[in-house]
Amino acid sequence: MKIIVGQGSCGIAAGANKVYDKLSYEIKNNNLDIELSSTGCIGMCYLEPIIDVIHEGKKITFVNMDENKVSILLNNIYTDNISVNEFTIDKKDIEILSKQNRVALKNCGNINPESIDEYINTDGYKALEKVLKDMSPDEVIDEIKISGLKGRGGAGFPTWFKWNAAKNSPGNKKYVVCNADEGDPGAFMDRSILEGDPHRLIEGMIINGYAMGADEGIVYVRAEYPLAIKRLSNAINEAEKKGYLGENIFGENFKFSLRIKAGAGAFVCGEETALLESLQGERGMPRLKPPFPAQKGYWNKPTNINNVETLANVAYIILNGGKTFANLGTENSKGTKVFALTGKIKKGGLVEVPMGITLRDVIHEIGGGIKEDREFKAVQMGGPSGGCIPKHLLDTSVDYESISKIGAIMGSGGMVVMDETTCMVDMARFFLDFTRKESCGKCIQCRLGTKRMLEILTRICEGKGKIGDIELLEELGTKIKEGSLCGLGQTAPNPVLSTIRYFRDEYEAHIHDKKCPSKACKELVEYSISENKCIGCGLCKRNCPVEAISGEKKLVHIIDLDKCIKCGKCMEMCKFSAIKIG
Amino acid sequence: MGCCQKEKFIFTDISKEDKNNIDLILKKYDGRKGTLISILQEVQEKYNYLPIDILNYISLKTGVKPAKIHGVATFYTQFRLNPVGENMIMLCQGTACHVNGSKTIEESIFDELNIKDGETTDDGLFTLINVACLGCCSLSPVMMINDDTFGNLTAEKAKQIIRSIKEKSKRKGA
Repeated sequence: MKIIVGQGSCGIAAGANKVYDKLSYEIKNNNLDIELSSTGCIGMCYLEPIIDVIHEGKKITFVNMDENKVSILLNNIYTDNISVNEFTIDKKDIEILSKQNRVALKNCGNINPESIDEYINTDGYKALEKVLKDMSPDEVIDEIKISGLKGRGGAGFPTWFKWNAAKNSPGNKKYVVCNADEGDPGAFMDRSILEGDPHRLIEGMIINGYAMGADEGIVYVRAEYPLAIKRLSNAINEAEKKGYLGENIFGENFKFSLRIKAGAGAFVCGEETALLESLQGERGMPRLKPPFPAQKGYWNKPTNINNVETLANVAYIILNGGKTFANLGTENSKGTKVFALTGKIKKGGLVEVPMGITLRDVIHEIGGGIKEDREFKAVQMGGPSGGCIPKHLLDTSVDYESISKIGAIMGSGGMVVMDETTCMVDMARFFLDFTRKESCGKCIQCRLGTKRMLEILTRICEGKGKIGDIELLEELGTKIKEGSLCGLGQTAPNPVLSTIRYFRDEYEAHIHDKKCPSKACKELVEYSISENKCIGCGLCKRNCPVEAISGEKKLVHIIDLDKCIKCGKCMEMCKFSAIKIG
Repeated sequence: MGCCQKEKFIFTDISKEDKNNIDLILKKYDGRKGTLISILQEVQEKYNYLPIDILNYISLKTGVKPAKIHGVATFYTQFRLNPVGENMIMLCQGTACHVNGSKTIEESIFDELNIKDGETTDDGLFTLINVACLGCCSLSPVMMINDDTFGNLTAEKAKQIIRSIKEKSKRKGA
């Protein structure tokens, strides 16, 4: 019997390590004949911690585990041979997996990321063997061209074109760089691949190196991902030991080495020229293109930079043929895309679906709809560079062109779902706050423009909005887009412009009526106590930090609005839902 | 002093032990170009922040101008120029956490410890830092304390976690 515990960062945050330790302790203590192993994130983060029990060829998944459940489960296993009990995964959740088409995430949650043998057993490094033994670099690039693979980091640039440009650049020394500086708030697929299937990235990078004539690769990983760095280093060591990295790989005249560089925390370093600056030990400031990294990259040598998910698709394309990959997806957006579903959604996690599926299917069919069955308001796509998509556009097909048309971008695949309690002006303010902090400061329009936009948005959220603010935001947004050098500045106003486009009424309510329709902006709401529901228990009165609540015991209490600082403590404490917000 | 006059760079000497520590790190990178960020990361790993005197010592040893070292150290959010508390609370401010109430968690931490973003408690036990997305969005709101991640937080849960760390520290100190 084998028990596998899902130990991605998300699983660990939910308590997977405690579950693993408990299992390990019980197995040792009772001399149980059970092999214990771990795996990465399967994508169903809302069910974490998850364990798989494999017995006589049958796999049963148990969800939302904790230490107590482990004891019950082990007793069950040995009394009536894996009985189906209340911790077993629901059929509906299994269906969600079957609705997906896993290419980049094929092994995530299915193999042990710390074992190269398990990777090899799932056709690992076969694609590498195939390219080194049977294909020329041009043939490899052709296969990528046929597949129609585009950059999965957000820009959606054809991958073959970049590889080809780097291959055709003169010079003997070239580099492959993997951009694993996943800075988009709300996206975590790269982390999941690094933690769950690091060899797949390594294999993709070696193939990329062979295709463009590079013998050295660097993975630029966010320092905030310690587990990803640990598992990737371990994978690199294993690959070196087995001879997949180093000299004469597969006995052929090809060498390739790989190393990791930990980023130091700057969102702008996801932009390729800024990333290169950072790799060279400088401040991460983007520079003008051309020259493109394919001509002058790392230390001015031809360099190809791809994101993790892009490279994770390479081995599949080589093994199954570009055509197979191109058969998935739409006419202009081929293959599958991994999305990170988060926010006010019931079933948050990672899903990989063919392009062309509608937003509605992703959110309602796969994501299970909105938490607490509230009303869907918007989905934010593409992180700080993207936009908010309203309800009436839910039937939009998820592909690069369609999403761009409606004012958002595909981005790296973060989808943050919002319900009626999310204020869209506050959302725009949140993104501007982020881009203002992360602007590198090189271009005045971006450095000062985002600051000014943020000031206006903050004013609106505080009820100090003025007539003409919306037009001013639009004007500033347009100017920032025009006057910025890199993608950060060129897209920073998008969240504001898209919320103005689809939720102008919310802006107007804040400015003209001094009201927040979502009741989220603190300065624009008023707390009161419902006469029908208050029983006069005094809990709110005792907990109010500014003594704004008065009332006799067992009689209805009242809030003095002049004293109230709108901290919401009374609402949090009241057991009778008697505190109203309006 | 006029701006055109060359100011002599004032440098406070560091202890022998510190010199040994830094020399060891520098030796590892052996004067290779482009390694400044990695060097600073190792120094921070060792000291928990980047002491200014040590940055100046690195400048002396490597020939990289102090302004450049300072420029790099202040550009990246990972680097800190001030000492931090024993426990580092990194509160995620990603989109999903924001939507699911990271503000409430920030307020509850303030209630419990009386510190805001970037501040350290008087007893030196905790420092609070707001960070960009930690990549555990499906468990939002999330915070990391040292290397442990805590998800699905509520105001009360966050307070309890902090209290239990406080208790542990007390026991250690006792």
